[in-house]
Amino acid sequence: MNPRFSLLLFMMAGMVVAFAPLPVPAVAPQARIFRIDARQYAYSASELEVNQGDTVIIRLVSADVVHGLYVDGYDVSVEADPGQSATLTFIADKPGSFRFRCNLTCGAMHPFMIGKLTVGNNNWLFRSIGLAMLAVFGVILSIKQKA
Amino acid sequence: MAKIELTRNPFIKNAIKSRYPQLAVFIVMLVGYIFAILAGLIGTPVGSHNFSIVFVWIAWWAVLILVAVPFFGRGWCAVCPIPLPGEWLQRGAVLSPPEKRPKWLNLRVPKMFRNIWLQNISFLLLALFSSVLLTTPNITGIVLAVMLFAAIGLSTIFERRAFCRYLCPVGGFIGLYSQTAPIELRIKDKQVCVKCEGKPCYNGSAAGYGCPWDVFPGGLTKNTYCGLCMECIRTCPHDNIAINLRPFSADLAKPSTRMDEAFKAFIMLGSAMIYAGVLLGPWGTLKDAAYGVGTGAWFIYAVVFLAIIFGILPGFFSLGLLKTKSNLPFKQRFASLSTALIPLGLMFWVAFSLSFVLTNASYILAALSDPLGLGWNLFGTANFAWQPMLTTILAPAQTLALVVGLIWSARTAQKSASEAGVSPLPIIFYSFVATSTMLWLLL
Repeated sequence: MNPRFSLLLFMMAGMVVAFAPLPVPAVAPQARIFRIDARQYAYSASELEVNQGDTVIIRLVSADVVHGLYVDGYDVSVEADPGQSATLTFIADKPGSFRFRCNLTCGAMHPFMIGKLTVGNNNWLFRSIGLAMLAVFGVILSIKQKA
Repeated sequence: MAKIELTRNPFIKNAIKSRYPQLAVFIVMLVGYIFAILAGLIGTPVGSHNFSIVFVWIAWWAVLILVAVPFFGRGWCAVCPIPLPGEWLQRGAVLSPPEKRPKWLNLRVPKMFRNIWLQNISFLLLALFSSVLLTTPNITGIVLAVMLFAAIGLSTIFERRAFCRYLCPVGGFIGLYSQTAPIELRIKDKQVCVKCEGKPCYNGSAAGYGCPWDVFPGGLTKNTYCGLCMECIRTCPHDNIAINLRPFSADLAKPSTRMDEAFKAFIMLGSAMIYAGVLLGPWGTLKDAAYGVGTGAWFIYAVVFLAIIFGILPGFFSLGLLKTKSNLPFKQRFASLSTALIPLGLMFWVAFSLSFVLTNASYILAALSDPLGLGWNLFGTANFAWQPMLTTILAPAQTLALVVGLIWSARTAQKSASEAGVSPLPIIFYSFVATSTMLWLLL
């Protein structure tokens, strides 16, 4: 097969793997309430999973110093004083995996005080692994063709 | 793609041959470096508001790993301030060679140390303490000062740049990854070097110093140990040395057979994966262990860290190699095929750094106005609020980096395997598993 045509074919396949719409399971949105304890330099719970469309209510409780919780991709945040709690509410309308992190300098390891929110399936991870598989397949095919 | 000789351009050639442009950059870098040491030692202990942390581990690191290494190879080494004071002391001059050189010991580095094992060890030492180093200004200040004084000390004992060549923790991986860069310093005509009397590029002359990196340019086939200091371009009496633009990863077509370089590839690959899990992952227990230097948890972390790098990663790699049949000795196959991990590791670091840098880049503006965290507002940006940048494109950019790294690694594996007369499939599968793990850690 013409190498340029093969490359074009693989690029098109890559676009399909990366961007083809996937069926979203029909689950009725609900309110999901989480209590997150924040301490230097960790959240507990640190991994949250919700369905797309759910209303996420996070009660952030700080155990030691002032901590914040900022959700990447949603650009929403909340701050809690030591021994106090604060509540963040938002609708998880964007699917995927998002890091949440402390947005108030809380000590040395502050930049790495991170948690993870997964909304629906982490499709981008599966798509990325699919792209990696496609890439490997393409390279192996080109090796076979050269041989 | 054919090579393009950049030094044919008279402007570039003159800028390299004159010592003044490089000196100007050196002075700016040295002032910045000394300021970073001082900021670390006397500035605020809050890392995200201290010049030493923000400019070294966010700004410099971003430039180094996202731009300098992939596109300019050892371009950073060409302007690095760390060896300067020692080198000036060793030479007894700042610019051209003096008539009379100072009498330092000028010893040759013992043969057993003429490899990159010491650089592997120095990198690992920093890596094991990285959670503290990356976040604590005075530790960063101390480490920067130790590197500066180590370079000075070694310059008074050994000839040339012993620190850069054999000890610098950063220089080791820059050298490894510089093989992928689309830039090189090479001779134009080998016969000219063969006939050249006195070899001033290596031994020095009135026009300049002998290669500070202890490399004879006439024998250069890889970027790994050429620090792009440009000294040989100044000393070559035959105008036989050029800076060329070339295709990416040209050096990887000639796989290394050295175990120190092979293990450097594993160290860098493993460190990127461990950092992605520990620093950017959601697991607080891992962060506590990495930060709690001296505690039992930290010792376990250190043992696991070293076990991944020296046991698990090379172990699975070796298992893949055992499945292949070749006339080459196993050690040689191992070293040669580990070349495929060089582009993979580089792109792992790019993907890791994208997340770390884009999230924390907004600290740069604030630290610029208030570098010591003393309440200054030099440029009116001291109160610039923290804000992650480009979070929507971060995951696709990381995927792109990792998949490109995988393709690059697979192509390199194909070439290395062909030279070793073995199948590249186990190495390609290994790279795929490593990439999938990194994707899982980052996404």
